[in-house]
Amino acid sequence: MTPPAVDWIDHPAAVALAGRHRVRAWEVIPWLLALGFYFAFPKYLGFGTELLITILFALSLDLVLGYAGIVTLGQAAFFGAGAYTVGMLAKRGIWNEPITGLILAAAVAAAIGLGSGLVLLRTGGLTLLMLTLCTMALLEEAANLAHDYTGGFDGLDSLPIAPLLGRFEFNPLYPTTQYLYVLAVLFVCFVFVRTLVYSPFGQSLTGIRENTLRMHAVGAPVRWRLVLAYALSAAIAGVAGGIWAQANAYVNLGTLGLDRAATVLIILVLGGYGRLYGAFVGAVAYMALAHFLSKIYPTAWQLGLGLLLVVIALFARNGILGLTEAAARWRRAPRAIS
Amino acid sequence: MLLGGVAAGMVLFIVSVGLSVTMGLMGFVNLAHGGFAMLGGYAIALAMRQWGLGFVPALGFGFVVIAVLSAVLERLLYSRLYRATELDQVLFSIGLVFMMIASVTVLVGPENQPLALPSYLRGQINLGITQYRTYSVFLIVVGILIIIGLWLTFERTRAGAQIRAAVDNRRMAESLGINIGRLFTVTFAFGSGMAALGGGLGAEFLGLDPQYALKYLVYFLIVVAVGGLGRVTGVFYAALLIGVLDFALKKYVPSGGTAFIYALTILLLLWRPQGLFGTKST
Repeated sequence: MTPPAVDWIDHPAAVALAGRHRVRAWEVIPWLLALGFYFAFPKYLGFGTELLITILFALSLDLVLGYAGIVTLGQAAFFGAGAYTVGMLAKRGIWNEPITGLILAAAVAAAIGLGSGLVLLRTGGLTLLMLTLCTMALLEEAANLAHDYTGGFDGLDSLPIAPLLGRFEFNPLYPTTQYLYVLAVLFVCFVFVRTLVYSPFGQSLTGIRENTLRMHAVGAPVRWRLVLAYALSAAIAGVAGGIWAQANAYVNLGTLGLDRAATVLIILVLGGYGRLYGAFVGAVAYMALAHFLSKIYPTAWQLGLGLLLVVIALFARNGILGLTEAAARWRRAPRAIS
Repeated sequence: MLLGGVAAGMVLFIVSVGLSVTMGLMGFVNLAHGGFAMLGGYAIALAMRQWGLGFVPALGFGFVVIAVLSAVLERLLYSRLYRATELDQVLFSIGLVFMMIASVTVLVGPENQPLALPSYLRGQINLGITQYRTYSVFLIVVGILIIIGLWLTFERTRAGAQIRAAVDNRRMAESLGINIGRLFTVTFAFGSGMAALGGGLGAEFLGLDPQYALKYLVYFLIVVAVGGLGRVTGVFYAALLIGVLDFALKKYVPSGGTAFIYALTILLLLWRPQGLFGTKST
């Protein structure tokens, strides 16, 4: 007796797997909202620009932490590297064209990510955590010491950034150009990350995160995949840093600090890591709360943030998006039984 | 000259030893450890100022308060996360630090808390060869007493043997009937109490304000990582090394000192990921 022929192409699992990367209708919504924000709140565009940059930075961390599963406390090292690349080149009058400036920022950050990743990613666990932290602290100290080039503690201000495409000036007071420029860059980077995580390369990263030993066993070049993911994530963080320096026309040591690294980690976890839109949800929730609460009740803000982190770590490990997914499953569940 | 660095190293050791044991024994990345040191420093400073407690009784008071507080936290919250991922532990303990900083800011205020040393610890002491600050000598004596006490506890008592067994192989120790849960709570409370002690002892030159919890955290972590997880003597040597290096570098190379310590830590950890004195983990 021959088993009945099964058409695997039409099998629900195969269809689900093949269709995983398809663009869903709701994926347009965040971008429409971002565009709508431009027209609806012209007074808050400075805040909006900062928000979009934070999303981009959180997205870079999502690639390395959420997908590749590398727990790093030093992501701000690459943000700072990008910011200082743009800042130093512009201040010295070597290069101030924005778009190529971003590419240079990405290249420098990626080089640092590749170099440090090659040596750091031999280790794991607490040692890796400490090494990423120390690398960032070392870069911060280096930037502090080399103040002839970096401006030291004061940083570099009033950077002369050339108009975008030779036409659109960056005006710090009316950041309309900045907002649209950052939105466009975020979109390009997002499409890149989205393509990447659904590619076989991205799948192998998820595999390494879930079971490193098994990925070794099936012959995946684990270490190279991790180093490459680390460098790519560094490049995106470098773009975020570079665009931050361009939009604000200054850089300071804060771009390299533990504060920034911890904040972006909190944002990503708040939104939900290992999910493409976690960076978006987390950044919006965090920045909105921080913007309106921290100025009025700074201490209560810190207390609330601490409480929130404790609650997330104990009860809601997948962040806001994880909660909504759980709610959706819970609503669907009774129907599945009946 | 060197004594100042050694004294700083002693304080680093007293604070970090608890962190090393928590991380080594329970595998918990506890970034809130500096927070316990900060809270302990506050308890000690406030007890001295409000109730007129002497310095040494206040140190004991701080130790007990923080040990009890951390035992409660361990039972209620930490114990839920022992099997969680590092990321969850990091987030949880960062959240805890934020809450500690905010609570202290609200209850006591954001300004630096002065800690007045008793008169017998101020001034200089004649060591025969040279005059030296009494307090530094006091710290060194206290540090040496503590390391001897800890070493004896670790190597010569039943509880110490249980802790060493649990650090080396937790499941095997559990199979042998060691009550791991109770061991964890007691060790955690003791380590946090030591941190409180260190917070009080070091307040004289590290200062004491709410940001203490994060400001020196990197130093404590470096000491633990260099010394090796769960190794008391390793942490002792690492703390002395970092303390003396930091002191000497700040004195002779005021600008590049900190960078050198970070660079040294990176190189050390790349050379020996398990720390200078640690053994390879399984």
